[in-house]
Amino acid sequence: MGHDTSYTDQKFNVVGTRVKRPDGLEKVTGRAKYGADASAPGQLVGLILRSPHAHANIVKIDTSKAEKLAGVKAVITSKDLPDHTGGNRGMLDILENCMARGRALYDGHAVAAVAAIDRQTAKKALKLIKVTYKVIPHVTDVDEAMEENAPVVQDYVFTPGGDGKTPSNISGIVPFGHGDIDAGFEEADVIVEKSYKTEQTHQGYIEPHACLANMGSDGTGELWVTTQGHFVFRNTCAALLGMDVAKLKVTASEIGGGFGGKTHVWMEPVALCLSRKANRPVKVVMSRDEVFRASGPTSSTSMDVKIGAKKDGTITAASAQLRYSCGAFPGIWGMLGAMTAFACYDLKNVKAIGYNVLVNRPKVTAYRAPSAPMAAFGVESTMDLVAAEIGMDPIDFRIKNAAKEGTKASYGPTYGPIGIGPTLDAAKNHPHMKAKLGKNQGRGMACGFWFNFGGQTCTDLNIGIDGTVNLTVGTVDVGGSRASLSMIAAEELGISYDDVKANLGDTASLGHNDMTEGSRGTFSSGMATIFAARNAIDVLKQRAATMWEIPVEDVLWEAGSAKATGEGHGNLAPLTLKEIAAKSPTTGGPIAGHNESVADNAGVSFASHICDIEVDPETGGTKVIRYTVIQDAGKAIHPDYVEGQFQGGAAQGIGWALNEEYIYGEDGKLQNPGFLDYRIPVCSDLPFIDTQILEIPNPNHPYGVRGVGETSIVPPLAAIGNALSNAAGVRMDHVPMSPPRILKALEEAKSA
Amino acid sequence: MLRVSVSSSISPALNGATEISIEAQTINELMHKLIDRYPRIENQCETGIAVSINGEIYRDNWNVKIPQDSEVYLLPRIPGG
Amino acid sequence: MAGVLVTTTVNGDPVQFACPTDETLLDSLRDRVGLTGAKEGCGTGDCGACSITLDGQLVCSCLVLGVEANGREVTTVEGMTEGGQLHPLQEKFIEHAALQCGICTPGFLVAAKALLDKNNDPSEQDIRYALAGNLCRCTGYDKIVHAVQAAAVEMRKSTSKRKSKR
Repeated sequence: MGHDTSYTDQKFNVVGTRVKRPDGLEKVTGRAKYGADASAPGQLVGLILRSPHAHANIVKIDTSKAEKLAGVKAVITSKDLPDHTGGNRGMLDILENCMARGRALYDGHAVAAVAAIDRQTAKKALKLIKVTYKVIPHVTDVDEAMEENAPVVQDYVFTPGGDGKTPSNISGIVPFGHGDIDAGFEEADVIVEKSYKTEQTHQGYIEPHACLANMGSDGTGELWVTTQGHFVFRNTCAALLGMDVAKLKVTASEIGGGFGGKTHVWMEPVALCLSRKANRPVKVVMSRDEVFRASGPTSSTSMDVKIGAKKDGTITAASAQLRYSCGAFPGIWGMLGAMTAFACYDLKNVKAIGYNVLVNRPKVTAYRAPSAPMAAFGVESTMDLVAAEIGMDPIDFRIKNAAKEGTKASYGPTYGPIGIGPTLDAAKNHPHMKAKLGKNQGRGMACGFWFNFGGQTCTDLNIGIDGTVNLTVGTVDVGGSRASLSMIAAEELGISYDDVKANLGDTASLGHNDMTEGSRGTFSSGMATIFAARNAIDVLKQRAATMWEIPVEDVLWEAGSAKATGEGHGNLAPLTLKEIAAKSPTTGGPIAGHNESVADNAGVSFASHICDIEVDPETGGTKVIRYTVIQDAGKAIHPDYVEGQFQGGAAQGIGWALNEEYIYGEDGKLQNPGFLDYRIPVCSDLPFIDTQILEIPNPNHPYGVRGVGETSIVPPLAAIGNALSNAAGVRMDHVPMSPPRILKALEEAKSA
Repeated sequence: MLRVSVSSSISPALNGATEISIEAQTINELMHKLIDRYPRIENQCETGIAVSINGEIYRDNWNVKIPQDSEVYLLPRIPGG
Repeated sequence: MAGVLVTTTVNGDPVQFACPTDETLLDSLRDRVGLTGAKEGCGTGDCGACSITLDGQLVCSCLVLGVEANGREVTTVEGMTEGGQLHPLQEKFIEHAALQCGICTPGFLVAAKALLDKNNDPSEQDIRYALAGNLCRCTGYDKIVHAVQAAAVEMRKSTSKRKSKR
């Protein structure tokens, strides 16, 4: 493509200011349309029947009575979803997760579905479906699943390096690291070795999965859906239903939160299948119960961490074994944990081994910097323990061992210029560190790391006859990116922010766009917007040249106008964008700029968090007194929304650290699939969250932008673990650090 | 000649190699040559590999040039959330 | 469908619809009256995304039956603007970036208005406790609280302006 993506260190007029977002009005008036807000004439209500067992063979499904019920227009099972995957195991896993194929693999696994004229009829129909189950042994704990005689979840999974004949639940054992850890531990003056556990959590988006599927009898279809990636959903749904990609048009609704959980299809192929069978539109909206039981939570983990250091604070060796649950299908979650565990540090001898383990739980998917928060909990807690043993300040200990340019990362490559040093320095010097602590209060800090990504991006920039601009992008707006993208377009063109209107295009309007994940939304579409705008400027200059009848080489674009340079052109007054647009019908037609590209190199992102927490030693109750997030954003296009990402990620981490967990009974059923007992932070749980945005430009983006959305969820588990351990006087090693666990730890410490 | 380090989850498809020598000017060329030499890696190339060049991770753009003497790493493709 | 005719007032307008007796008011508003501002986040009264007022009282509409609206006054987020003018809360939410995905915003606006209508000078703690029944997963509540504080200031100013004009 030939676009120069290097940082240009320019002065900005629009970028960096705090403008009003374009979709704000619709959202505060209730007009914005989310997944469940669309309707079609003749639409049916789709409901899904789910397994009440954690693990069972499905002996028989009798749908005859349901099919005969008046008002029922379609009943489906896996028979209606034949395998079009051509041997692609990953795609077959997705299909099997959407609808069980002979075996129910977790409590909540879909086994059948109906479409009926109204909700009451659909509910009756579900009750009329007779499923004969043969319950078989299940396993829901990650360590138990690794034992030799554990019930096996998938018979095509074999432990790597094993005999290749006996199925197991270990689908991956992935080591990272370099050096000689045995020699390194020999050199150490102090070694701390500890085990940790973190329980499964859910992204907790307030909007359940919802879609409206409309299939025609000619093999075409339309899908309105809440998603982080409508293009990817289109590809997946088309493949699973045996459709041509171009025949399925997917429109992304406004999204009510995703955080990674809406990067994967859960029931959309089922909705399309129901619609195809009923030959009518079918609306499927998951209940909150279904969202917990049958979408994609994050992993539960069990880890062993060992860090050795010299008296002067130099870490001589670090190792970790990280066991991550993946749900009922293979995944790479343990591997990711092992990649990120020691990424913040400059280590000569390091080894992290990630285990990917299957259990009878829903299929794990990404949750904001997937797998990193748990590994950070284990490593950052151990870092504090080592610092205490040596008698060194925890921040100084980290500064001493921080990764820098030239460090060989624990996951392999050598780092270029990176920002962990600056975030640690900023944390050390932050006023938060000097605030006084009261009784039963403790302070902790932690750092975190995450990769940020680019991806395929298409953008169209169209200039209207009156000079106002339509910017059509393909990355779903999860947090306000339309504002930032409009600002970028305005900046490039040299016009007012109010003259730019950004909107999200459907799959028929643009080329492929990757999902909004990996903190890529503003980074990628921002990059594409810059180049689309520059493309448009080339056209504008050409039109001005035509209007003036001078060579285009003599035309400059400056501050929103074409200016004639060179000899003999001094008498030509500048032509504004509006003036050129007005004349466009006769100078060559509509003026537009496009960009199809693959953005890359969003850089890696580091953050440091500081937390003050108070614990009540009688109840184990906790209160977050003060919280500070320090993170490098490269360049904050719209500072309010960058702060919003920092605060949102921190809040999710706080909930994860203190309260949120999936609780399974002995019977393998999820006991708390609702917001009452799966308790996320509420307004009264949190203080104001302070943020400090560092701007160390990303050399690979014209404005220096880095991805920002995910990293802020990585440090909180450990920052709170460290703060709580200091407040309570006892080391917490099991997340969530809920009141019962705190009380137990206090009691154990007392009796010891 | 590039020296390409290979992450442990990708090694099996390269017959267990942790480091390989290969000539390539771009990631695209690198991928094609890998597939020629080790056909088993073709599946992974499409969806499962990211390439680090001197510490910068490229997950999607295969047109990127690989300067001579670069440190090149084949890493698993990492999803975000 | 065996239904009951419900005659009610929604955002000041007379409205009639028929619904089954086991249908929630949330579903009636969304599917029969066509007002999709109130959202179902949980269906069990734990998230507040479905917040409305019923005869001036803040309720979760997922915990109220459609038939219970008969003869009563319902207000939703769609009724907050007056003659095209945004309510100060709505303005301040936009100004202070108090929304990211926006799904919880209608519920928060209705709940915050219910607070400010009763207490026009709430402390930070008053605000946090009044809004503890509304879940937000995106913002961490920081900018929401700032927006409500700013709206309270704005509303007190215009009340005192009106008072001084008399």
